[in-house]
Amino acid sequence: MITELGHFALILAFGVAVFQTVVPLIGAYKRWPGWMAAAEPAAGAQFALTALAFGALMWAFVTSDFSLRLVVLNSHSLKPMLYKISGTWGNHEGSMLLWVLIVSLFGAMAAWFGGNLPQSLRARVLAVQAAIGVAFYAFILFTSNPFLRLATPPFDGQDLNPLLQDPGLAFHPPFLYLGYVGLSMTFSFAVAALIEGRVDAAWGRWVRPWTLAAWIFLTIGIALGSWWAYYELGWGGFWFWDPVENASFMPWLLAAALLHSAIVVEKRESLKSWTILLAILAFGFSLIGTFIVRSGLLTSVHAFANDPERGVFILMIMAFFMGGALVLFAMRASALEAKGVFSIVSRESALLVNNVLLAVACFVVFIGTMWPLLAEMFFDRKLSVGPPFFNAAFTPFMVLLGLVLPIGSAMPWKRAQIGRALKPLRYVFVLAVTLGGLAYVIQTGRSLLGPVGMFLGAWIVMGAVVDLLGRTGRGQGRLRRLSRLPRADWGKLTAHAGLGVTMAGIAGLMAWNIDDIRAAPIGGTIEVGSYTVQLDNVERSQGPNYVATTGYVTLFQNGAEIAQLRPEKRFYPVAQMPTTEAAIDYNLLRDVYVVIGDEQDAGGWVIRTYIKPMTNWIWIGCALMALGGLLSLSDRRFRVAAGAAKRTTPVPAE
Amino acid sequence: MRALLIAWMLLVTPAWAVQPDEILSDTVLEERARDLSKGLRCLVCRNESIDESNASLARDLRILLRERLVAGDSDQEAVDFIVERYGEYVLLNPPASGSTWLLWGAGPLMLLLAAGLGYGYLRSRSAAPAPDQTPLSPEEQARLDDILKR
Repeated sequence: MITELGHFALILAFGVAVFQTVVPLIGAYKRWPGWMAAAEPAAGAQFALTALAFGALMWAFVTSDFSLRLVVLNSHSLKPMLYKISGTWGNHEGSMLLWVLIVSLFGAMAAWFGGNLPQSLRARVLAVQAAIGVAFYAFILFTSNPFLRLATPPFDGQDLNPLLQDPGLAFHPPFLYLGYVGLSMTFSFAVAALIEGRVDAAWGRWVRPWTLAAWIFLTIGIALGSWWAYYELGWGGFWFWDPVENASFMPWLLAAALLHSAIVVEKRESLKSWTILLAILAFGFSLIGTFIVRSGLLTSVHAFANDPERGVFILMIMAFFMGGALVLFAMRASALEAKGVFSIVSRESALLVNNVLLAVACFVVFIGTMWPLLAEMFFDRKLSVGPPFFNAAFTPFMVLLGLVLPIGSAMPWKRAQIGRALKPLRYVFVLAVTLGGLAYVIQTGRSLLGPVGMFLGAWIVMGAVVDLLGRTGRGQGRLRRLSRLPRADWGKLTAHAGLGVTMAGIAGLMAWNIDDIRAAPIGGTIEVGSYTVQLDNVERSQGPNYVATTGYVTLFQNGAEIAQLRPEKRFYPVAQMPTTEAAIDYNLLRDVYVVIGDEQDAGGWVIRTYIKPMTNWIWIGCALMALGGLLSLSDRRFRVAAGAAKRTTPVPAE
Repeated sequence: MRALLIAWMLLVTPAWAVQPDEILSDTVLEERARDLSKGLRCLVCRNESIDESNASLARDLRILLRERLVAGDSDQEAVDFIVERYGEYVLLNPPASGSTWLLWGAGPLMLLLAAGLGYGYLRSRSAAPAPDQTPLSPEEQARLDDILKR
């Protein structure tokens, strides 16, 4: 019964979305206030109905209702509750339902918090957002309906892929989707602005919080996924340049670019048409990501069970929205006149450099991801493009970006002098070079990656701090002024520093990783660097829905015991799949990562030990970036702008 | 039931990536083998190198690679030997030859293009007259003169 209610609510939501697309658009065109205002209750109703449908599906998973085909395929009665809940979105149909739930959530938020938008712009934004919803409701209802029943329900389900039964991965998809779909909001704003034929500073200010929110969610989602890969896949890789990972990384890069170019639109009324184009492309890459994951076109470790019919449907959705938006862009872009005048050396230019580097980096990832397909289609060559290519082709852009970041962010608007921007940074530069040099001296006979990473990390972090201090002026009361700086300035410091920390972490891990693979008998020891790994015992035990082989390992450093580790190997009989649970001794400087392998014919167990320097910096950096975004989002000026429309007197911009 | 599960598990446990019995005693050769195997694709897996993969084909390739190195092949010869048998597809890092130079050149070319476009835009912005710098109309000029003369 609840399932049928959910199914019905989803169909109703589809109907409401169609209404919400058509009526406000006509209303905005004809200037009929009543028709425009209809968008708001519709957005609320659409969200409520979709939430009902999603709740019904989740209920079916929680109660293990095996009359539902989807539950049978992806759940099992013995599965822990957390994974029954996360199982709702751990499959194609459920994840698409989560996707439209978030589309409608963002639409509803724009309706609730968009009080300060001009009425016609708001109506158009909500209509475009609903149009995206319409496409995906149709996709769900016609090709991937989650509410299909089975005539003869089986006794139990087939279990969720055991790799996905993990807390890190339970929350990775929702965050990622919040990010992907958050970009649909900036897309709606861009298309609505093109229909209106007007992009001004106010538009830049409205669109920034949405972009920022999407970028924060993408950052968290990607970091969770990467962290999961690190501890779950059993050999400590954190990024594989897999098509699906790239699919989430490309929107992230473009969202980061968009964030920065929207600042130029808001503060200086320039770069308008480029910003609009970026907003369209960023969502386009979200759609490409969806297409890659669900069409099966590119082989990937993450692929859902996919079939070509769905791929074609998503391709059509993508062609419609991208084609439509780009045609609109071509027609209207010339009307978007830039107002601000600035010299070639200025913050505007620096932000443009940031955009060029991020967009080209995104292009490199894109071409690398699609190349196997292109090469086969046009050159009849079957080849692979893997991590070595991406590491070589992508990294230079990030190094360049890191190099110019502190200089660019120190520049004033309109007209800057390179000398003046560099002056406060010279000590930072010397210190960063010293640090990089130190790293070079300590390591022997390894690549330049480590030292360069250390230099960049120090340069960006200290550069961001010096930049913030520079805003407090001179003389007395600097501390007081520091505490009064707008949150956005603190957000900038935190996010930029986070990027530096992540860069240093990635370089450190990739340059100085040590691994060791050996067999040890029970009671035996293995020496790795200054560490000793002692295998005390191996036991087999039964978990809720798996059997486990657990190693009891003691870790010594220079003879002193520092940790007890329990690496585990699990086997999930229902899904017929093994997983590894690495045991990790976390530390700010290094992780000791121990994995237990098979019992050897000659006796003893395979023990893999990895010393991974600075790994946690990667995720600390990501957390800092997300925190920086949040600080910026909480800036008073966004709220002042939100309240401005309600007052009669305008609030002067800062 | 539990004993059965454990027995079952022992039957089907897969082999994990590089095994101790594959490792060469010569550490220099082993280092080279590990580096090379990170750039070779496991053909039956989805996007994994043979160094990471636990498929049996990957194990065969790892052993084959080590045999070639022990036989005195250079890195290039050993990789060529495998490419000859398994095709270009096995290389995770496509060599910049033939049409592949497009792939390698795409990034730098795009950067040049974007930098050119960006520079053109900047030039136009710095040369554009500021919108509020339109010359004063005669009435405004007269009013200004009036104010300044006071």
